[in-house]
Amino acid sequence: MELLLMLLAVFALAALAPLLYSFTRGNTGWLLAIFPFMLTAYLLLNIPQTMTGHSVQFDWMWIHGLDIHLAFYLDGLSLIFSILVTGIGGLILLFTGQYLGNAGLIGRFYSYLLLFMGSMLGLLWASDLITLFVFWELTSISSYLLIGYNHEDEQSRRAALQALLITAGGGLLLLAGFLLLAQIGGSFSFHILRSSGRSIQHHALYPLILILILFGAFTKSAQFPFHFWLPNAMKAPTPVSAFLHSATMVKAGIYLLARLNPVLGQTELWHMLISTTGAVTMLMGAILAIRQVDLKKILAYSTISALGTLVLLMGLDTKAAFKAALVFLLVHSFYKGALFMITGAIDHSTGSRDIRHLSNLKKSMPMLSVSLILASFSLAGLPPLLGFISKELVYEAKLQAPNAAWLITSFGVLANMLMVALAATIVLRPVFSGKSGVAVKHPPSAFLLVGPIILSALGLVVGLYPQMIAASLLEPALIAIQAEVTTIKLALWHGVNPVLLLSLLTFLGGVIIYILTRLYPDHFKKPLLSQVMKADTMYDDALDKFLKLAKQITLFIQHGNLRYYLFVTLLTISGLLLFYLLTEQMAITLPVLAEIRVSDMTLLVLILLSALMMVLTGSRILAIVALGVIGYAVALIFFSYGAPDLAMTQFSIETLSIIVFVLVLRKLPKFSRLSGRLSKTRDAFIALLLGGIITVISFLVMHQQPTKEASTFFTENSYTAAKGKNIVNVILVDFRALDTLGEITVLAIAAIGIVGMLKLKNQKGTSSP
Amino acid sequence: MQLFLPLIIGILFSAGFYLLLRRNLLKVILGIALVAHAANLLIFTMGGLKTTRPPIIAESKKMIEGLVTDPLPQALILTAIVIGFGVQVFALILARRLYQQTGISDINAVKNSDVNTEQVEKDGSL
Repeated sequence: MELLLMLLAVFALAALAPLLYSFTRGNTGWLLAIFPFMLTAYLLLNIPQTMTGHSVQFDWMWIHGLDIHLAFYLDGLSLIFSILVTGIGGLILLFTGQYLGNAGLIGRFYSYLLLFMGSMLGLLWASDLITLFVFWELTSISSYLLIGYNHEDEQSRRAALQALLITAGGGLLLLAGFLLLAQIGGSFSFHILRSSGRSIQHHALYPLILILILFGAFTKSAQFPFHFWLPNAMKAPTPVSAFLHSATMVKAGIYLLARLNPVLGQTELWHMLISTTGAVTMLMGAILAIRQVDLKKILAYSTISALGTLVLLMGLDTKAAFKAALVFLLVHSFYKGALFMITGAIDHSTGSRDIRHLSNLKKSMPMLSVSLILASFSLAGLPPLLGFISKELVYEAKLQAPNAAWLITSFGVLANMLMVALAATIVLRPVFSGKSGVAVKHPPSAFLLVGPIILSALGLVVGLYPQMIAASLLEPALIAIQAEVTTIKLALWHGVNPVLLLSLLTFLGGVIIYILTRLYPDHFKKPLLSQVMKADTMYDDALDKFLKLAKQITLFIQHGNLRYYLFVTLLTISGLLLFYLLTEQMAITLPVLAEIRVSDMTLLVLILLSALMMVLTGSRILAIVALGVIGYAVALIFFSYGAPDLAMTQFSIETLSIIVFVLVLRKLPKFSRLSGRLSKTRDAFIALLLGGIITVISFLVMHQQPTKEASTFFTENSYTAAKGKNIVNVILVDFRALDTLGEITVLAIAAIGIVGMLKLKNQKGTSSP
Repeated sequence: MQLFLPLIIGILFSAGFYLLLRRNLLKVILGIALVAHAANLLIFTMGGLKTTRPPIIAESKKMIEGLVTDPLPQALILTAIVIGFGVQVFALILARRLYQQTGISDINAVKNSDVNTEQVEKDGSL
């Protein structure tokens, strides 16, 4: 219950944020940050409980018939992710208050941020596939709103739409995968699916399910070839990039893989698909990152690389890999969140994010420089930071990879070398070089500094005392994934072993790459692997073609010609009914001619002649008279077959409509010969075809014995329940009174429309009579 | 008696569909009226038509005795007749308005009404 209440509170806060902003203005940021920090405290207090393997739960039957629950639980795995969401979220809110100042729609911005936070927590806590999916999509939507926050900028709008289309498109495939999974697993609940993991993996549909779910995870976590939306998403204000697009939302795909590993993991297919994608993304992101000059773009591409590493570790599917992934998840969120906020603060103070323009920050922004150095060291994986420990663990996991360990390791070493070079790029020149330094418009204030400092300091403190997260956070999370108790030992120094040698090699390689980038900067700006980089333009082409196709289809179907709509409709009905008549074997007993009454015969002839008259005549008044004759004839039929109410209604309505026709006739066009002989023949053929088919069908209907439950009920209860003797009337005003109310409403709306059309002034400004 | 109702229904539908496919606006509206009649009769035949006794409880009785016609289709048709009238009159006035405003009486001439709404709004007409 408390989980649901907390979620609702976040969403309520999101709804109230704009209102709060109109009162508190510049103080809104830190006021709103209080709540996420309280949530973080709650989550931290839950650590002892999750350490013993228990989890907080909430379960409410949402859609009974479909066995869909709104269900949440908090175990070790969701705990570690949620602490990141609430903790970093709080820091981001503090940061936002200063960063955006009082520009424009900032109340709305807070609202979106909190909406995202709630959605992300819902996603992490969900223990039901559908619950998870709903929140999954909500994070995509809030991401869309946040990327497009500067909605007057066309590029922002494009980036927002692109992110939404990619992630929500993947989301649709994910939903398909979930539905199939629930069908063969027998439930939407993780708890139940977990226990039927083996049987799911042997099912014929398992590959399809895995691929569909991977589409969801890979689009969300910006894996190759869907990576391109993430750098574009950097159009969003920096707090968004720090929060959603590096620390939390893009990790949702990783979370999903970890969560579903007990159900879908430990197979050859899982191993192959995920680790290949991860390895490619890891290396590609790193290569692309080194080619950028905009700090934010550098960070975006290095985030893609980090996400690739995490996905790769998920794919390795070993205990060492999960352990490394959890530590790397923490350290990446720490340093990347810090680096993004530092970028934002630098941008805010100097107006530039271009590393070629930044210099001598150590003098102008000493505190920020310290945290930049700490965070970059973590990025580079240098001791004594947590980044070092995590890099060692990642190497260890890669060396133990079940397949192609040497290939994966060399990919990893190369990517990490690039990370070292990257760290050098963003630290050395901007912080230390130059004498005068870049002009600082206004020094960063305390709230801009607090986030980066805390996050980068965490990297250092946890690096020095790694054991503090081992038992409290990592072990419960690992239990949640692997379902077995493990003790984790973390330390900076493991003695001289292959992993340490790899670390040394990485550092040396990184330094060499950095020197190369300084010596031959132009060489690193050339387009590389051009086909791979073109994913963004391919997206444009695909979107463009898709919209054109949609337009063509719409123009083809919705051509606007009434007659062709009718042709399609009438011919389709004819076809369907003919198919039915030809396939259903039914004995048509021709009725005996003797049953025909003379009065019936007269009416038949009358109607036939009038119908012919209506079709053939060139006079409008004759056509209307013929219509009147048919109307009265129909009334007579009703009368002679025991429906006096219908007959009376038909008489009065027919009279009324003839009057209206005659009144309006004066204002209506004369009949004219518009169609040629050919089209007349064609129309007559279609009309007679369908008319004939309906004749046959109504024959058949009359030979059926219809079920009359409703009629019997009405007949029996008419007097006893409703005190009425005319059963038709009782049905209309009592049993089905709501239908009659609907009928009256239709008439009223028609009347309003008619009055409107009659009163409407015409083009010349004169009121029509 | 069962041969003749389906025939009437078929005649009315055929004539109605043929008129619906005309290009003259008034003919289309007359077609709507005919199709409405035909549909009502089709529903009417669903009742079975085994007898001609109306479904009305006798003065002194509390229940129907013996066979009567099915009241349910009748109730449905009653609603349909009234709504059909509303639709017909609405269509008629719409056609009158269109003709008065634009002089158009040919359905084919208004086929692009969907596409040109912006143009119409700009002109301020209709």
